[in-house]
Amino acid sequence: MAAIFRPSANLAAKLILLGTAGAFLALIAWWWGFPRTNYVRNVRWTVDQPVPFSHQHHVAGLGIDCRFCHTSVEVASNAGLPPTYTCMTCHSQIWTNAALLAPVRDSLANDKPIVWHRINNLPEYVYFNHSIHIAKGVGCSSCHGAVDRLPLMSKQASFTMGFCTSCHSNPGPNLRPQSEIFNTEWHRTADTPSPAALMKLYHIPDRNLTDCSICHR
Amino acid sequence: MRRLALCLLTFAVLSGCDDMTTQPKQKVYTPLVAPAKTPSDTVQFEQKPVAPPPVTLALLERGQERFRIYCTPCHSELGDGHGMIVQRGFPPPPSYHIDRLRAAPVEHFYDVITHGYGAMYSYANRVQPADRWAIAAYIRALQLSQHASIADVPADQRGKMQ
Repeated sequence: MAAIFRPSANLAAKLILLGTAGAFLALIAWWWGFPRTNYVRNVRWTVDQPVPFSHQHHVAGLGIDCRFCHTSVEVASNAGLPPTYTCMTCHSQIWTNAALLAPVRDSLANDKPIVWHRINNLPEYVYFNHSIHIAKGVGCSSCHGAVDRLPLMSKQASFTMGFCTSCHSNPGPNLRPQSEIFNTEWHRTADTPSPAALMKLYHIPDRNLTDCSICHR
Repeated sequence: MRRLALCLLTFAVLSGCDDMTTQPKQKVYTPLVAPAKTPSDTVQFEQKPVAPPPVTLALLERGQERFRIYCTPCHSELGDGHGMIVQRGFPPPPSYHIDRLRAAPVEHFYDVITHGYGAMYSYANRVQPADRWAIAAYIRALQLSQHASIADVPADQRGKMQ
C-alpha cells in the first residue's frame, strides 16, 4: 500500500509544530511586552492641547524659570498649572493677534479656564508630593526630562511604580545641589558632591524609602 | 448546575475588577453656590498684610532668587528694564535706577507687585506677601549697586576694588 504522506510531509509537520510553538511564544511575549511599550504608556507621545504651548520656546528660548508658571511646586503637592492670567501677563502685550492664542484670550475674556489635557497621570492611590522632592534635592528633569527641548510636552518617563522605586531604593545618584534643581540640562559632573554627601546634606534617612506607606495610605 | 452558578458568580465578582487608578474621594469638594457674606474688613488668607521684615542677608538672598524667577523676564538682572520679554516686544518698564524710583518708598514696590502697574499684571497670586518684601529689599540693593561710590566700600577692602 502506498504511503499516505509523501516524505516531504515530515518537514511540513515539523515546520507547523515549530511555527505553532513560535506563535505561542510570540503571543506570550506580546501579552507581556505590549503593555510595557512606550506606545501604551504614552511615553514621548504628544497629546493634543487647546493651545500648542512650547516649553522649548518659553524655557530655552526666553529663559523663563519653571516657577514663573508652576508657582506652587516648592510648597505644595501639586506643582500648579498656571491660570490664564499668567499667560496673559505677557500675551496681553505680545502676540496679541495670533490666532494660535485665541483660546487664551477667550479664556480670560469669558472667565473660563482652558482645559488642558493631562500628560503625567498617577493612579489615585499614589500620594505624590512635589515639594518634598524639590526640598530633598530631586530636580525637575529627573522625572520630567529635558523639558526645555520639547516643542510639545510629552511624558518623559513611564511613571510606573518601578520607575519610582528605582530611585526610592537608591536616591543618592539622582540628587543634585539645591542650586541646580530647576536646571533642566543638569547632569552629574566631577564637581558634584558624591551621592553619599548629598544624602547627608539633605538628611535623607537610612529608613526604607520603599516602605508602602511612603507613597500609599 | 452548581458549577454554572459558581462560574457566573466568579464572573460577576471579577466584573468589579479594575486597576483602581480612579478612586473618587467620598467627600467631594462642593463649592458654595454663592459666596457667603463676608464681614467687612476681612482679607483673603493669603492676602493678609505682612509688616516689612528686617533686612537681613537671608532676606536679600530670598529676594534675589524670587526676583530672578518673576522679575528678570522683563526688568532684567540689572533692573534696567531690558529683559528678554521686552526684547521680544513687551513695552519696556522704567529702569529701577531713575530718580523717581530711587526716591520711591519701599512700599511702592510691594504695592506694584501686589496690584500691578501700567502694562504689568498683578503678581499677587504668584508672589506671597513675605516674598514681596524680599523682592523690594533686593530692588533696593540693585539700586545701590548702580549708584555706589568708592566711599561706600569699607576702607580695608578698597584695595581689592581699584
